[in-house]
Amino acid sequence: MPRPLPSARPGAAGRLRRVIAPAVVFAAGLAGWEAVVRAAHIQFYLLPAPSEIARSLAENAAFLIGAAWYTAQEALAGFAIGCALGIGVAVVSVRWRSVAETLLPYAIAANSVPIIAFAPLAIVWFGVEQGSKIAIVAMMTFFPTMVGTVRGLLSPDRDALDLMRSYGATERQVFVKLRAPSALPFVLTAFKVSASLSMIGAVVGEFFGGFARSLGVYIVSQTALFHTREAWAAVVVACAYGIGFYLVIAGIERLLIPWHVTLRR
Amino acid sequence: MSVPTPTPGAMIVLDHVTQWFDAPAGRTMALHDVSLRIAPGEFVSLIGPSGSGKSTLLRIIGDLISPTGGQVQVNGKSPREARRARDYGIVFQSPVLYDWRTVRRNVELPLEVMGYPRKEWTPRAERMLDLVGLRQFRAHYPWQLSGGMQQRVAIARALAFSPPILLMDEPFGALDELTRERMNQELLGIWAQTRNTVVFVTHSIAEAVFLSSRVAVLTPRPGRIEEIVAIDLPYPRTATTRKDPRFFDLVTRVRSALREA
Repeated sequence: MPRPLPSARPGAAGRLRRVIAPAVVFAAGLAGWEAVVRAAHIQFYLLPAPSEIARSLAENAAFLIGAAWYTAQEALAGFAIGCALGIGVAVVSVRWRSVAETLLPYAIAANSVPIIAFAPLAIVWFGVEQGSKIAIVAMMTFFPTMVGTVRGLLSPDRDALDLMRSYGATERQVFVKLRAPSALPFVLTAFKVSASLSMIGAVVGEFFGGFARSLGVYIVSQTALFHTREAWAAVVVACAYGIGFYLVIAGIERLLIPWHVTLRR
Repeated sequence: MSVPTPTPGAMIVLDHVTQWFDAPAGRTMALHDVSLRIAPGEFVSLIGPSGSGKSTLLRIIGDLISPTGGQVQVNGKSPREARRARDYGIVFQSPVLYDWRTVRRNVELPLEVMGYPRKEWTPRAERMLDLVGLRQFRAHYPWQLSGGMQQRVAIARALAFSPPILLMDEPFGALDELTRERMNQELLGIWAQTRNTVVFVTHSIAEAVFLSSRVAVLTPRPGRIEEIVAIDLPYPRTATTRKDPRFFDLVTRVRSALREA
């Protein structure tokens, strides 16, 4: 008989608890923060109370939504370019090992360059507006995607490869029917990492100059004016976008690889 | 490697096969001067301790490794030509099923790769699943099946393109004793219908004796054939075969050959 399906999936009560517990912790954290700020009379420009941040969010909602969308476009475009290049280089270097050996040192070196060093150069090369931010995000997401994809493409074991060999499979068939599906879980994990990185990269890129109605520029200018609660509100919006982006990828993962050991029902 | 003229009456011919492996610690000899001929429709087991090169020998027959020395002929061809002609199906110790494919689509895999017409895939796969008794699980995923069932899917997949030879590398080694005995029984049932030439690697003496028409006993590294024991128990073999005194005699013979090896 087949094994009973895993019973680790929570029931309705368990699911509710999984939502409620973090929500309670979140609320308690905010309440504690609020209490400490009020009780200790902390100056607003050092640490604004959550209620102040919320008020700023509400007041500037229209501006923040527009600025965040501008920044998110950079994140999305950079993500798309970085991931596409990462997958492309991974596929080529798994097929031709000599390419991997030639390119890998440069990929590692590129990944070690701090954004702080690269951002001013990117502005010189790609312009002060969205181009430079896209370049920064692409550079940040390229490496995790490439490394993840290479690992995934090389994950089939000897028996799985020998099986294809015994069928007289072509290199292309091995790739399409074995390597690519095996790599998919690794690629999607890399995408999740890259999704979070891309919003960070876009915001940090904007710290070095950019369009006035963008999250990064707004955060820097408000901080310089000691408008700390406005800066915090912008950070909250950036976080929300980052989380949303991550959740979209996680949803795609559920659709694409329901067979994977971590997602089986 | 030159291929001798086809040997009549033999499906697989191994002539003075020797295998060296290069390792950082130096060269080791895995197989030494192995000669064996296997007739069409025979069920031959290779048995030996770990490191006797029995899996290596199977992989040489299947052209997954090229021997360092000696000559090999499979179905009148070189192993490479035999592999290209899809002369054998192979079953490994782990079932090597693709998690992203249903049971039926796993069995269809070789048909897809080999370019069978699309309309033949499903009928063939379902016929094979009938053969191994898993038709009603065709829409399941491999990870929803027990280990024994997964291995039956692997057997169905190996037979899907009707190869004349079936190579099996400790296919039931990971199963518990009772499941293994049941799988042995089922394999003989399948073999009675397909009549493939089977080469079966195992380190279970009882399994080798129960299944085979002949058992080749290999020595520890470097592997040589110590003795070939003919198993003259009549087919079909059943649970009563395991209680037959001749079964015990043959088990004892294989065991003492292994001791001397």
